[in-house]
Amino acid sequence: MSPDPHHGESPHNGLFVSGLCKSYGPVQVLADASFEVRPGEVVALLGENGAGKSTVSNIIAGSTKPDAGTITWRGKPYSPASPAAAIDAGVGMIHQELKLLPDLSVAENVYVGRLPMRGGRIDRAAMNAQASAQLRRLGLDVSPERKVRTLRIAAQQQVEIAKALTLNAELLILDEPTAALGGEETELLFKQIRKLKVEGMSFIYISHRLDEIAAIADRVVVMRDGRIVARHERADVPVRAIVEQMVGRSVERMFPQLSPPGDQTLLEVENLSSPEKSFNKVSFSVRAGEILGIAGLIGAGRTELVRAIAGADPISSGSVRVAGKPVHLNGPAAAIKAGVVLVPEDRKAQGVVLDQTIGENLAFGNFDHVAPKGWVFPKAVRKFAEAGISRLGVKGKPNQAVSKLSGGNQQKVIIAKWVSRPPKVFILDEPTRGIDVGARAAIYDVIADLARSGMAVVVVSSDLEEVLGLSHRVLVLSRGRQRGILDRSEASNVAVMELATS
Amino acid sequence: MAVSNDASDLKAGTGVQAAAGAKLSALFAGTMGPLIGLVLLCLALTLTTDTFLTVRNVLNVLDQITVLGIMAIGMTLVILIGGIDLSVGSVLALASMVMGFVAHPDYLNLGLPSGIAAALVVAGLCGLVSGLLVTVTKLPPFIATLAMMSVARGLGNMITDGSQIVGFPDWFTSLSITRHFGFLSVTVGLMIVLAIIFAIFLNYRATGRSLYAIGGSAEVARLSGIPVKSLTNWVYAICGVLAGLAGIVLAARLDSVQPSSGLGYELDTIAAVVIGGASLSGGVGSIGGTVIGVLIIGVLRNGLNLLGVSPFIQQVVIGVVIALAVATDTWRRRAQ
Repeated sequence: MSPDPHHGESPHNGLFVSGLCKSYGPVQVLADASFEVRPGEVVALLGENGAGKSTVSNIIAGSTKPDAGTITWRGKPYSPASPAAAIDAGVGMIHQELKLLPDLSVAENVYVGRLPMRGGRIDRAAMNAQASAQLRRLGLDVSPERKVRTLRIAAQQQVEIAKALTLNAELLILDEPTAALGGEETELLFKQIRKLKVEGMSFIYISHRLDEIAAIADRVVVMRDGRIVARHERADVPVRAIVEQMVGRSVERMFPQLSPPGDQTLLEVENLSSPEKSFNKVSFSVRAGEILGIAGLIGAGRTELVRAIAGADPISSGSVRVAGKPVHLNGPAAAIKAGVVLVPEDRKAQGVVLDQTIGENLAFGNFDHVAPKGWVFPKAVRKFAEAGISRLGVKGKPNQAVSKLSGGNQQKVIIAKWVSRPPKVFILDEPTRGIDVGARAAIYDVIADLARSGMAVVVVSSDLEEVLGLSHRVLVLSRGRQRGILDRSEASNVAVMELATS
Repeated sequence: MAVSNDASDLKAGTGVQAAAGAKLSALFAGTMGPLIGLVLLCLALTLTTDTFLTVRNVLNVLDQITVLGIMAIGMTLVILIGGIDLSVGSVLALASMVMGFVAHPDYLNLGLPSGIAAALVVAGLCGLVSGLLVTVTKLPPFIATLAMMSVARGLGNMITDGSQIVGFPDWFTSLSITRHFGFLSVTVGLMIVLAIIFAIFLNYRATGRSLYAIGGSAEVARLSGIPVKSLTNWVYAICGVLAGLAGIVLAARLDSVQPSSGLGYELDTIAAVVIGGASLSGGVGSIGGTVIGVLIIGVLRNGLNLLGVSPFIQQVVIGVVIALAVATDTWRRRAQ
């Protein structure tokens, strides 16, 4: 696999991390972390949120300083004082949230801070030519003069990689690079990583998508609670084994048992289309107690579809009936009143007001219950919040700021906001995105409970295993069109992907 | 920094105490820093002047802050939802000119009550138009209200072609002069009542709490079923009405109206709200904080006058106070 002929014991010219420790106050976030990255290999760094992956990455990329431990890079001691020093040494990091200037051109983004000059002016011709060459090396066919804002997320990410390449990076840390990518885009990224590997570049690859590790990584390092708990010399380790190492206990069942759905049809969607045709003539129905999964690649129109059903975006034609009654979808308020609630895709931007307390967040959207005559009393808010907190097992108190909660608990707060109404149709868009593997099981239990209590549940997810494990039936979208609805018995990885890519 | 440390100590103290303390801290939540600043300022002025802590002077300060205080209440709502209103100074001028034009014997002579009503309606319409520019035309609040600032100032000048209107009935001017119960003029009373009403509104009404949701994240608020657009329109309209009301109060104090009044008031108003602990990015702020911010500006002006400091230096001092107030707030947040 590795181009390094001395693969094995003999020292190589790559990265050696040895005994790194880091504490913030009394909290030790990193304890004696040691691993190596050989030239031309991809090491997957896995672990739950808070396991210490970002701390290790930030130390290697120069934005955090360790309390103890040493790093050797290309045969020399390496302790970067800043990200700039790390880049000078050939170590770059691509963050999950891309750091690009959206209104500048691709070439300007690649060369920002070191624009090629000639005679006191920017040498645009040289800059564009050089940027073009790097983009071609990545197999990316975009004009260097195009504004970054107009590119898709996947292309923007490649602009970041091109930037790292022009900085002569030999080690790239990729933090959740595929979080926002669809299947084809992920495949393209992998192709590029493999190509750069052959040129001798090394990668540290951080991801929550365990199913893609075998496809891209050479070796696997698993972290838990600031320690390295396992090193695998091969990447084709069973996902379940990795998950068990990550969470430190055996994962008996990731998905809860589903109860059979009832007879009453609660949600009927007929020929629903969006003005931009991001989804077109979609029809389905969901019964009480049933979980309908919606699968598809990124851009297939899944989020747009469920947002429209929840009144968040306009529709151009079609109809939605809830418990037999037509719903006039002219805004979220109308949908909520009709019994349709949405747990949106982007938790932090659309789901919770981060600066406010759990109590306030639960009250927003429930003033008709908390404040029947319009008067909001702190006692009523607290009581309401305590009920929601205990019903969903949120780890927090009513007067605690939501920003202090983990992703899983924030998600539970959003679910708790709606659960007491109670709604008839509960829609969850990417319910476990960015949430720890261990905390996901709790969210799955909650979703199964929602169905069991008689709601019609719709779950959108990019995680195929999640859709298959949670749903009674799976609706597959591709480019805005409904490709089919599969029964649980016939829905397999292959069957869904076939429809999703058709 | 000393101020912010005191603040956190005090906060911890009230947390330990019983319900009464908790209620008090809820009313002034996030305003401990400005409150301590105000107390220190008053202490310093009491020690350095003979005249600051006299009944007469304190009543003076209250008289002087009524216009600013009434406008700042409306501005608090706007800033709370993540907006800004640059037009309040101009709307104040326009409203007072409308009042003068409708009421004054030299013009329409329809009596003061109609004049006041017309002024409030016009001011509310100005606010509503700003709101619609934000919600329907999707202009940034800064631009929408910058436009309104110019339009309202121009309209105010057009009414009398730029000249002032002087002389109103005695009962009107006495509203700001006669002190009932020995201390309370009608205008000061009006400001206090408005502050209490809006404090209750923001703390205990569902609509008031919803403004915090809008400021925290308009998209979260919308997806929670809160009518973001109509509330935004209402907030700008109310801010306009309160600016108009401030114009009427100013007219009573000056016994005249002029189209050039209220120049630069929008910045004083924003300063008061921000000193009071509100965040310009929305979602954070309270009437209690704004009242303290208004008092800090009022006391500072008054105190510097008593100390014989020139008005030019006063501007410098107020600028420094704005920077200090917001900086300590930022430091404290980061320390948490």
